[in-house]
Amino acid sequence: MLQPHAHSDGKPHVYTAYHPRWLRHHTSTYWWLQKRSYFAFILRELSCLFVAWFAVYLLMLVRAIGRGEAAYQDFLAWSASAPVLLLNLVSFGFIVYHAITFFMAAPQAIVVHIGGRRVASGLVGGAHYLAWMVVSAVVAWLLLGAR
Amino acid sequence: MADRIRLRVGRYRPETESELHFQDYEVPFDKEWVVLDGLNYVKDRLDGTLSFRWSCRMGVCGSCGMTVNGEPKLTCATFLSDYAPGPVTVAPLRNFPVIRDLIVDLGDFMQKLVRVKPWIVREVEKPLAEGEYLQTPDELDEYKQFSMCINCMLCYAACPIYGLDPKFIGPAAIALAQRYNLDNRDQGAQDRMDVLSEHDGIWGCTFVGECTKVCPKHVDPAGAIQRYKLDAALASIKAYFMPRGV
Amino acid sequence: MTPSHDLVLVGGGGAGLRAAIAIADANPALNVAVVSKVYPMRSHTVSAEGGAAGVIAPGDSFDEHAFDTIAGGDWMSDQDAVEVFVREAPEELLRMEHWGCPWNREPNGRIAVRPFGGMKRERTWFAADKTGFHMLHTLFQTSLKYTGITRYDEWFVTRLLVDDGRVQGVVALDLMSGKIEAITAGAVILCTGGCGKVFPFTTNAAIKNGDGMALAYRAGASLKDMEFVQYHPTGLPFTGILITEAARAEGGFLINKDGYRYLQDYDLGTPQPHPVLKSMELGPRDRLSQAFMQELAKGRTIDTPHGPVVHLDLRHLGGKKVDAKIPFVRELCRKYQNLDPVTDLIPVRPVVHYMMGGIHTDIHGATSVPGLYAAGECACVSINGANRLGSNSLPELLVFGARAGRAAAEYAARQPGVNPAVVAQAHDEERRLEHDLLNRKGRERLADLREDMQKTMEESAGIYRTGASLTRGEDQLRRLQERFEDLAIEDGSRTFNTERTMVLELSFMLDVALAIISSARLREESRGAHQRTDFPKRDDERFLAHSLASLQPDNSCRVQYLPVTITRWPPGERVYGEAASHGGSHQAAGGAVPAGDRI
Repeated sequence: MLQPHAHSDGKPHVYTAYHPRWLRHHTSTYWWLQKRSYFAFILRELSCLFVAWFAVYLLMLVRAIGRGEAAYQDFLAWSASAPVLLLNLVSFGFIVYHAITFFMAAPQAIVVHIGGRRVASGLVGGAHYLAWMVVSAVVAWLLLGAR
Repeated sequence: MADRIRLRVGRYRPETESELHFQDYEVPFDKEWVVLDGLNYVKDRLDGTLSFRWSCRMGVCGSCGMTVNGEPKLTCATFLSDYAPGPVTVAPLRNFPVIRDLIVDLGDFMQKLVRVKPWIVREVEKPLAEGEYLQTPDELDEYKQFSMCINCMLCYAACPIYGLDPKFIGPAAIALAQRYNLDNRDQGAQDRMDVLSEHDGIWGCTFVGECTKVCPKHVDPAGAIQRYKLDAALASIKAYFMPRGV
Repeated sequence: MTPSHDLVLVGGGGAGLRAAIAIADANPALNVAVVSKVYPMRSHTVSAEGGAAGVIAPGDSFDEHAFDTIAGGDWMSDQDAVEVFVREAPEELLRMEHWGCPWNREPNGRIAVRPFGGMKRERTWFAADKTGFHMLHTLFQTSLKYTGITRYDEWFVTRLLVDDGRVQGVVALDLMSGKIEAITAGAVILCTGGCGKVFPFTTNAAIKNGDGMALAYRAGASLKDMEFVQYHPTGLPFTGILITEAARAEGGFLINKDGYRYLQDYDLGTPQPHPVLKSMELGPRDRLSQAFMQELAKGRTIDTPHGPVVHLDLRHLGGKKVDAKIPFVRELCRKYQNLDPVTDLIPVRPVVHYMMGGIHTDIHGATSVPGLYAAGECACVSINGANRLGSNSLPELLVFGARAGRAAAEYAARQPGVNPAVVAQAHDEERRLEHDLLNRKGRERLADLREDMQKTMEESAGIYRTGASLTRGEDQLRRLQERFEDLAIEDGSRTFNTERTMVLELSFMLDVALAIISSARLREESRGAHQRTDFPKRDDERFLAHSLASLQPDNSCRVQYLPVTITRWPPGERVYGEAASHGGSHQAAGGAVPAGDRI
C-alpha cells in the first residue's frame, strides 16, 4: 500500500506499535562542501556572476568610448588599477571554467541526427570548441589586424 | 593482505532509537566478496538484527542501493577489495526517509513514477491481428538507453536538488518519461509534457550531473533531462506562435 | 477493517502482473490486489536473460514448437497444455510488444528471433540479453495504468485462509510496520516463483524460497513433479550468476581442460563451426549439465578455488557481435570474473536454475483447492515436463498468468462472499508470528540450518541421484525440521524485521525440500533432469506419470501418481545432433543457423 509520508518535527520519536517511524535527514546548507563534484558544480553556477560582470564591463567600455578619448583613457587607467585587474583576471579564469564545463555538458543535452544517424557526442563537443576557436580568431583579427 | 575488514554499518531501530548511529563489524576479507557478501556475513554470523534489502546480487533488480563510503552504490556490485584495508562505511541511501537500519522508504518515487505515465499511450490501439508496430534498430536505439533503468534510486540519492527539495520529480522518473517519449510507438508526449513542465518537473534540475555519474546502468538521466528541456522550451515557443498546434 | 478485494495475487513478477492486467481487462469492475514481499520490479523475472519463444518465423509451426517442448521435456509434458501454450505464446509476446517491450528487430523493423537450446527452429524473441528485465518493467509500468489494481508492496504472505473447503484470502505481514492483516478475497492466485534457494549454488535470487509452493502445500494442494530440478549448464563459479544460453545460441563453445568440445561424446552431434539447432551446445539443458558431471568424473574439468568448471569460449564471436547480441554477458564477466569474454575463456559450471515442478494446476491455472490458482514457475501445468527448454518460461508466465487471471476472475465473480469467521484464522496466525517468531531463545542458528539444508539437497538430490542418497537426504531433512523448532531468533523488533521473514522462508523451504526429495526417491527411473544412477533408464510403463506430493496430517509427504496427458505425440526417443535432422513425423528437416549476421 502506498504510505503517506510522516513529517518529522525534529523531536525524538515516541514509538507506537505497528506504525512506521521514519528518520529524515535534513540536507545541510553546506551540502556543497561535502563532495568535490558538488563544489565544482557550485563554482560553475557561481561563474555566471563573472559572466554577468564581463557583460557589464563591456557596456562600461562601450560607454567610455562613446564619451570620447578622455573618458576612454580614464577607463583604461581604471582598468589597469590593481583591484580591477585582479577582478578581471579572476573573472577570466571563471569564464574559461564556465565555457569548458558548458562544452563538456553540451553533448549530453544536444543530440543531433544527420541523415537518420546520431552524431557522436565527441563531435558535438568538438564543434563547440571549433566554434570558439573560429570566433576567437575572428575577434583577434579584428583587434590586431585592424590596427 | 589482511584477512579481515571492518564494516561500519548504519543502524536505526525506530522502536528504541531516534537517531542513526554506526556499529562496527569485522568480516572476512575475500577479494571476490562484494559489500553485500559482507553484510550477509554480519546477518548470518554476527548480528541477526541487521536489516537490509537485496535479491538478485547481479546488479539487475535494483534492491541493494546503499551509501558506501559516502557514495551511492549497489552493494552487490561494489567489491570490498576496492576499499581495502577499510573500514568500509555502509549507510542507508541518502535523501530518502530511513525506515530501519539500511532500509529506506521508496514511496515517493513510486508515486512520481505513476505521474509521468510510463506506458505506451496511443490515440488508437493497433489490433493484435495486424502484428507488431514497426521499429527499426535505429529507432530502438533512440530510447534504449533510457529503458535500462533498474529503479535503484542511486540517482535520487546523488541529486542535491532532490535532497533540498523532495518535491522535485527526480532523474529516474524523467528518464523513464523520455524512454516513452522517444519510443516511436508512443503518442503520449503531450500528456507527459504537462507533468514534466511543472515547476518541480524538469525545471527543478540545474544539471548538476551527479545522477549520471552514479547510475550503474549508464542510463544518463541528466542527458535525458537536458534534452527534454530543449524540447519543452521549443514546444512552448511553438505554442506561443502557433497556438492551435503544428 | 480487514482489507478485502475480489482477488488477491501473491507475487508481483511476470505471471502475477500479467494475471492482474488480464483480470482488469476482462472485468474492470473487479478490484485486484497484488501482494508482493518485494517491490514488483525486484521480482526474479528481472534476471531472465535469453529470450521468449513464440512461433512467428515463416516455415515454423505450432506443431514443431509443441514437439520440441514435449521432446525436450522427455515426454513428461501434458500435451494438451503444450498445445494451448504454443498457440497462445506468440499472441502474448505480441501484446507485450504493443505495451512497449523493446524486442530486438530486423533491419526492416519486424521482430527478430534467435536460435535457442532444444528448438528446431529459430523462434526465440529477445530484448538484447535482458529479456526478463524488459518484460518485467513493461508489465509493471503497464500495470500502473489500471486503477483497479491495488498493490501491497513489501507485504509478506504467511498463510492462506481456507474455510468451507475453499480459499478465501491470505494472511500477510506488512514489512514496514510489522502489522499482520488478513486480506480476504473470492479467489487467490499464487505467482511466487520457484525455490532455487533450497540448493546452495543457484542462479536464483534471495527471494526464491518456494513461498507459494509451501503455502499451497499446507492448504491441501499437491506439488507436482518436484523432483525435476533444472541445472543451467553455464553459471559463473562462486556467485552462480547466470550466463545466458543466448551466448551458446550466438555461437559459443563449451570446452574441457583439453580445449575439446566434449559434448560430441554425449550423443549431441558433431562439432560444427556455427551453431546447429538442437545440436551440441544448443542441446537441452539437462543433457548438457549431465555431460559436465561425466566430464568431471573423467577428470577432464578444470579445477578452480571455487570448484570444477569447464570453459565457455566466445572469443571467435568478436566484440561487435558480443556487444550487439549479448552485452550483458560481457558486463557480468568483466564485473564478477574480471575477464573479457571477447579475449578470455569464461569458467562455467552447472547451477540450479529452475523448478519444472510446482503447484499442480490444470490448463486454466486452477489447483485442486477451490478458489486457489497458480501460474508461472511456482505452478506446474505441466508444459515443461522433465526438462524445460530455454525461452519457454517467459511466455509461460504470460500465457498461464493470463489464463489463471481470467479463470480466477470468473470464479471470484460467482462467489457468495467471504465468511467473516475466516478472519479468526488470521488472529491465530498473528499470535504465531508475534509470539513464536520474535526474539526467541534456541540453540540453532538460522544460517546453519539453511546451509545444512542446502548441503543436504546438493548431496542427495543433485544432478545424479541414488536411492541411498535420497533416503539419507530425507532423514536429514526430517532432522532439520526438528532442529528448526529449536531455532534462535535475535531480532525482537517489528519494523522491517528481516530475520523473521528469513525464518518464514526457511520453513517454506524445508517443506518444499522434503517434497522434492520424497518425489525423487520414489521415481525409480531416469527422465530428463531426474537422473538415478541406480535406475538409469526411462520407464514409461511405470512412470509416464506426474508425481503428486501432498502434505499429510503427521507432516509427512505422500506421493501419488497422475498419468501424463498424451494427445498427438506418443512417447519417443529424444534425439539431438545430426539424428535430429532425420526422421520423426513431427519434425521438419532441420538446418544449420544461417551464417549471416542478424543484428
